[in-house]
Amino acid sequence: MPRLKLTVLQIGVGLIFLMLWHVLTVYPISGTPKQVQFFFSTPLDVLKRCWTLFASGEIWRHLWITLVETILAFLFGAGGGIIFGFLFARKELLAAVFDPYIKAANALPRVVLAPIFALWFGLGIWSKVALGFTLVFFIVFFNVYQGVREVSPVVLSNARMLGMNERQLLRHVYWPSALTWVFSSLHTSVGFALVGAVVGEYLGSSAGLGYKIHEAESVFDVTGVFAGMLILSVFVILIDMLVTMIENRFLVWRPQASLAAQT
Amino acid sequence: MDQATSLAAVALNDVAITFGPKVGGYTAVSGIDLSVRPGEFVAIVGPTGSGKSTILNAAAGLLKPSQGKVRIFGNDLAGLNLRSGYLFQQEALMPWKTALDNVAVALEPKGVSRSEALQRARDWLTRVGLKAFVDRYPHMLSGGQRKRVALAQVLIRDPEILLMDEPFGPLDAQTRQIMGNLLLSLWAADRKAVMFVTHDLEEAIALADRVVLLSAGPAARIIGDFPVPLPRPRDIAEVRMEPTFHHIHKEIWTSLRVEVQKAYAQGEGT
Repeated sequence: MPRLKLTVLQIGVGLIFLMLWHVLTVYPISGTPKQVQFFFSTPLDVLKRCWTLFASGEIWRHLWITLVETILAFLFGAGGGIIFGFLFARKELLAAVFDPYIKAANALPRVVLAPIFALWFGLGIWSKVALGFTLVFFIVFFNVYQGVREVSPVVLSNARMLGMNERQLLRHVYWPSALTWVFSSLHTSVGFALVGAVVGEYLGSSAGLGYKIHEAESVFDVTGVFAGMLILSVFVILIDMLVTMIENRFLVWRPQASLAAQT
Repeated sequence: MDQATSLAAVALNDVAITFGPKVGGYTAVSGIDLSVRPGEFVAIVGPTGSGKSTILNAAAGLLKPSQGKVRIFGNDLAGLNLRSGYLFQQEALMPWKTALDNVAVALEPKGVSRSEALQRARDWLTRVGLKAFVDRYPHMLSGGQRKRVALAQVLIRDPEILLMDEPFGPLDAQTRQIMGNLLLSLWAADRKAVMFVTHDLEEAIALADRVVLLSAGPAARIIGDFPVPLPRPRDIAEVRMEPTFHHIHKEIWTSLRVEVQKAYAQGEGT
């Protein structure tokens, strides 16, 4: 499908949705507008609220805090996941011994950890970073583990026959292979870092996008909630675009990535 | 140890290789006695499943023989045979490195500086005819071009022995011919010992000084050792027209045909 046509259709879907929302909440179709607007607000009100938030400059501080939490959660989670992924993939015994514990830890719904982390790390950014960490760590860990173990045996044999020692194999074969897997999961793991940050803020904090949404909810300010959600969505899309750019830069050697970079 | 064995670049003495348990496992080859002199080009031919690659992997140290000895220039082989270069049948290049980096990285284990390695890699890629493709990643190259990179990657280390496992197998007929001639011209420069595994008898005769014939598996053994007294330098395409070529081909094919039929009778040798 031509790119222009696709873009027009994508924008069209959004416009139709906004139109429906507007018509259903402003005109007395499904009840008195005032009543309906209490539950659903209106698209114009939400946009106006967003504008006020940005114009007053109030939102920047919250965006910045959420961004910092997301980045820190991602960096620590990815770092830990890479180190342990490598370690476990190269040491069979370690992987076998810890296997049930890792599965158990990963099965735990992270939301239940939020109050504990708030208790341990306080209501500042670190309890949110910790929550994001527990989400990102396992994604990166499993991907690195997989990536190191699924290195093509022929590529590996070839590198060995070239005389590479363990350190050189790590640098030229295992690491790039694992990195491919890390990048293929980058969208997911960055998304989860953000989820960790926002959920953490939502459950107890004094700043951040999650806090803004929670604040609006507690006074039944539906417009505020939707405005927060809209800002959050745009924020996520921007981060995701950044991730795609980084991905295309690092995975130029991959057939699909280089094709995507050309279009 | 007799004179011939101690002088050989590669010598296999009574080698047997069994996969799986010692008793009841699958014996791929047994009773293999084979030596390759320095500067000699030996082709190993056999039907599918005859353990050609198994023998090569034993010479490379990638497989440890269950029985018998592998000697490299008179020394018992322990671990990998790093005096050899191995050209794989499958894709063995690092897909995340450009052609240039794939070749240059082969010098890193030898302690060559990065800048010198890059310079020499450029020279080698020029020699295999890829001067214009140094910055391409493997997936941007054709199958034949990837083989050229792999060849440069192996030869830049200047190994004393070349081990080749059906290296041109996946290529089309024309490309195989071009690659064969390229290999011969590079080899002629400093005649390394070569073990070249193939199932293509014509390719074997056209390239080699000696053709070693394996029986059908399991427990394949050497059933023929034929010298190829064709003059060098050779052209792969033209040498096939020579009467001597036909004579040798007929002689080896008579034995090979029986083994190929046996292999097929066992269900395509699998």
